[in-house]
Amino acid sequence: MNSLWAVTLATLKKDIRLEWRSKDALNSMLFFSLLVVVIFAFAFDPLAEESRHIAGGLIWVAFLFAAVVALNQTWARELRNQVLDAYRVSPAPANALFLAKAVGNFIFVSVLEALMTPLFVVFYNLHVLGPAWQLIPIALLGTWALVVNGTFFAAMSLRTRSREIMLPLLLFPISIPAVLGMVAGTTAVLTGDNPAHFYIVLLLTYDVVFTTACLLLFETILHAE
Amino acid sequence: MKRFFPILSILTAILLAYALYQALVVVPTDALQGDVYRIIYYHVPSAWTAFLLFLINFVASIIYLIRRSPKVDIVALVCAEVGVVFCTVVLVTGPIWARPVWGIWWAPGDIRLTSTLVLWLIYVSYLVLRRFSTSAQTQVLAAALAVFGALDVPLVYFSIWFFRTQHPQPVIGGGGSMDPRMLRVLLINWLAFLCFAFLVCWSRYRLEVLHREVDQAHALESLAGAGMAEKASLPLSRSAP
Repeated sequence: MNSLWAVTLATLKKDIRLEWRSKDALNSMLFFSLLVVVIFAFAFDPLAEESRHIAGGLIWVAFLFAAVVALNQTWARELRNQVLDAYRVSPAPANALFLAKAVGNFIFVSVLEALMTPLFVVFYNLHVLGPAWQLIPIALLGTWALVVNGTFFAAMSLRTRSREIMLPLLLFPISIPAVLGMVAGTTAVLTGDNPAHFYIVLLLTYDVVFTTACLLLFETILHAE
Repeated sequence: MKRFFPILSILTAILLAYALYQALVVVPTDALQGDVYRIIYYHVPSAWTAFLLFLINFVASIIYLIRRSPKVDIVALVCAEVGVVFCTVVLVTGPIWARPVWGIWWAPGDIRLTSTLVLWLIYVSYLVLRRFSTSAQTQVLAAALAVFGALDVPLVYFSIWFFRTQHPQPVIGGGGSMDPRMLRVLLINWLAFLCFAFLVCWSRYRLEVLHREVDQAHALESLAGAGMAEKASLPLSRSAP
């Protein structure tokens, strides 16, 4: 157990340091989601009342696509110089690598969300009618739901042709309940029409179920070469 | 085993013809919907068959992850392929029926519609993964994905169920009772479809086994060829220091 946390922490530190120096994932995600926001703003040009109903969908579609950009880069870095092969033969627990990657992606996508949300508010003249604090658990649980499966499927699609296309093809169908939870929960809070508790419970269930599944199956996937 | 294949084919053909006759001619017309309701005899048996095949795929995937037996993997693959075909039939016949009865092609909030669509999407991605994978262990990756898909299904159902209760939509008459004659024809059709699905799965299974044997033979042949080439080049490499 001790070595699990030690390895997780070491890998996480390494990834954050790499990202801090290169800012590859964060910059591409930021610019990508900015483009999505601007294009949607042109495409719909909504009034304040309308935007309250569609903003939940727009914001999460933008984050979903942006997250895929980051997730695709997760493992690519480890393929150079056969780092992943070295990891495979080392006695370090496989789940430590997975947890580090998932937490790393979670941090990157959360930073992106924190930076992009104010822009959304400005572009769409958003004014929250429901209890705004509920957006925080929805965002945290929703982001974890995306990145935990995303990290897993990115590892899975490492050994496929046209890897970058493969990840969304695998991730999006499985993520449908989570996306529904995030979008409907966010819309419920923004409009204040109905309570968002159910969606928080749904996202929590999704997170628990799939985090367990990922941890149970990751070792098998890592060694499937 | 092979001897039974033609016999079963003939029996299935007869059963399918009989079921079609029963569905189109014998069974009475629905009082409210008219003749358009007869599509149910294709729609519902296809759905049940597809769900059964996906269930077999899930069980086979779990067994594969534990035992790693190639035969079980072929069963999983075959069930997924045939299941997707039946599921496509469900998704095509559904809107054809819904248009005259509900007045709309598609009801996004309807629970059965949407969960079937998501199931279809998951299994299509499963087949895409199997097609695109370059790993020698595609089977393991596919089995893991099948487990994820199966875990997803209850969540999809649950989420849409709540979503729908907030946004009422027309739903297939749940809770209504069915004329016993109609139920009988429905079950006959299901039996015919099951026989047909079994037949297709069986031939696909045999095809896949042959396919893998041929692949293996090719690999062995090229290995042997490479071995010979190596031997042939040995004197050359020695004579050129």
